[in-house]
Amino acid sequence: MVGATYALAHKLYPYAPVADQAADVAVHHPVIIIGGGPIGVATGIDLAQKGTPALILDDHDGVGMGSRAICFAKRTLEIADRLGAGAEMVEKGVVWNVGRVFHGEGEVFDFNLLPEDGHRNPAFINLQQPYFEKFLVDALRRAEAEGKPIEIRGRNVVTGIRQDADKVTLSIDTPDGPYTLTADYVIACDGARSPTRDMMGLSFDGRVFEDNFLIADVKMTADFPTERWFWFEPPLANAPQSALLHKQPDDVWRIDFQLGWDIDREAELDPAKIRQRIDEFLPDGTAYELVWTSIYTFQCRRMERFRHGRVMFAGDAAHQVSPFGARGANSGIQDSDNLAWKLDLVLRSLAPDTLLDTYHAERAHGADENILNSTRATDFLTPKSEMSKIFRNAVLTLARDHAFARPMVNSGRLSVPCTYDGLPLNTPDALTGPARTRPGSPCPDAPLADGFLLDRLPGCFTLLALDTDPPDITEVGGIPIRTLRLHGADLTDALRDRYLGDAPHALYLIRPDQHVAARWPNADAATITTALSTATGQPCN
Amino acid sequence: MQLNTQPNIPDPDGFYDELLAAHQGLTKDQSDALNARLILILANHIGDRDILREALKAAG
Repeated sequence: MVGATYALAHKLYPYAPVADQAADVAVHHPVIIIGGGPIGVATGIDLAQKGTPALILDDHDGVGMGSRAICFAKRTLEIADRLGAGAEMVEKGVVWNVGRVFHGEGEVFDFNLLPEDGHRNPAFINLQQPYFEKFLVDALRRAEAEGKPIEIRGRNVVTGIRQDADKVTLSIDTPDGPYTLTADYVIACDGARSPTRDMMGLSFDGRVFEDNFLIADVKMTADFPTERWFWFEPPLANAPQSALLHKQPDDVWRIDFQLGWDIDREAELDPAKIRQRIDEFLPDGTAYELVWTSIYTFQCRRMERFRHGRVMFAGDAAHQVSPFGARGANSGIQDSDNLAWKLDLVLRSLAPDTLLDTYHAERAHGADENILNSTRATDFLTPKSEMSKIFRNAVLTLARDHAFARPMVNSGRLSVPCTYDGLPLNTPDALTGPARTRPGSPCPDAPLADGFLLDRLPGCFTLLALDTDPPDITEVGGIPIRTLRLHGADLTDALRDRYLGDAPHALYLIRPDQHVAARWPNADAATITTALSTATGQPCN
Repeated sequence: MQLNTQPNIPDPDGFYDELLAAHQGLTKDQSDALNARLILILANHIGDRDILREALKAAG
């Protein structure tokens, strides 16, 4: 690794011995999360905010080096807002909307993401992963200081896992030697090479893409606009098949070269060789320093099941995609968002254990959608046959002059959250309303008279009443329900457009993860109760 | 709508001539690229995914 002195790795949770290690009998925790990366920390905060104790074990004592994931989508920022980390991310991140596509010597076209108005968060920010992780750990520390039941233990390496009918037992190694813990449930967020998956002998199948990508993050005070520039077949020596230039905070720029399959990895990582490539790529005489370099290959694959008894897999441990489209970290955060409320209800005996099966159903659906999009982008970037390359280049040629070809240019379809269409927690749509807010959809943000809608949908079930008066319900079977009534000036045009369409009024039942569970023009208490039972996986009589 | 596989082009010999003329003097690579562009332009004009699927099937 070049530039390993780049001071962006943070030591955040140094090892410290705890009483559990000296206990004679293994201490029991409701939830143990393996892995203190972004997905593990987000899940831990979410559980702790709901009052369910979460213990995170990480095999290191801080945030790893290197920019890695740099592109975080609106849905991720919305979830981070709920966890108390979103504002810092947006403040530090680089917001961008314009992209340019080049082919060979010339520009093909440019595009603007044209983010819809009336959302608190931008469509995307670029932010180095260590910042993203640090802001989440900062939020964890704040939650801890407020007395929320969350703990993270550094240099606690899980070396063994077994489960029986009523618990999971973990063997853990530390600088002071091994100890044992038990848990009701374990969430494995330990990355694409998940040791937990290996220890449990579970497979991780998919498609290998035979291509190498060189990442060079460089620091320079350059006068390029804050845009995403993507080249197909850039006119450079050594003919990389594609190149990407994208801005990050701190005057750091991501440069990415697609090198092909048969390369001499060590030679390509030689700083002199990397500099040679960059010197040719950037305008003459541009001064820069290398801050992080890496060569990566990727696969698109997922576990067959994300739930194995009392062990749930989330993030890269459960599914892996190519980086084109920013669907890795962003989809992992949605896993966390989906799992935390379900686990909380199950641990409180407010929902049956089978609710956790819907974590697999919903997030495997999301993973499949991400893998499909990512695979299609990769097929466009790396044509697999002579004819697919001929078509790819025909699209690029036509896109210069003909608008119809531009939507076919695929340098990564950017991450959007999936709708859980046709899955069992939804109640059939009873409103003639906008398609984008049908049951299963993530709630789009919308402006209110003062502030934004999503800020008013905290992590519990909410009845959103738009110009209608719903029955008074505060709980169903012990599960609390809040009601948010919006009338008058709060019914902004954007809110009407996103939630009412032509309907004069509406009642939405919204899940703790801000997905729509059910919607009606209005509903009586029995109908709402049935929908809530459905949304929490309870048998309805 | 269904894929029309009945004669539909007025003056078929004339069209065939124009198609060949478009490739006149091109290398194999240039011709392949032209064909690909032509397919994409025509496919976009048709637009209807069912008809395009039928066409792919008829050609295969």
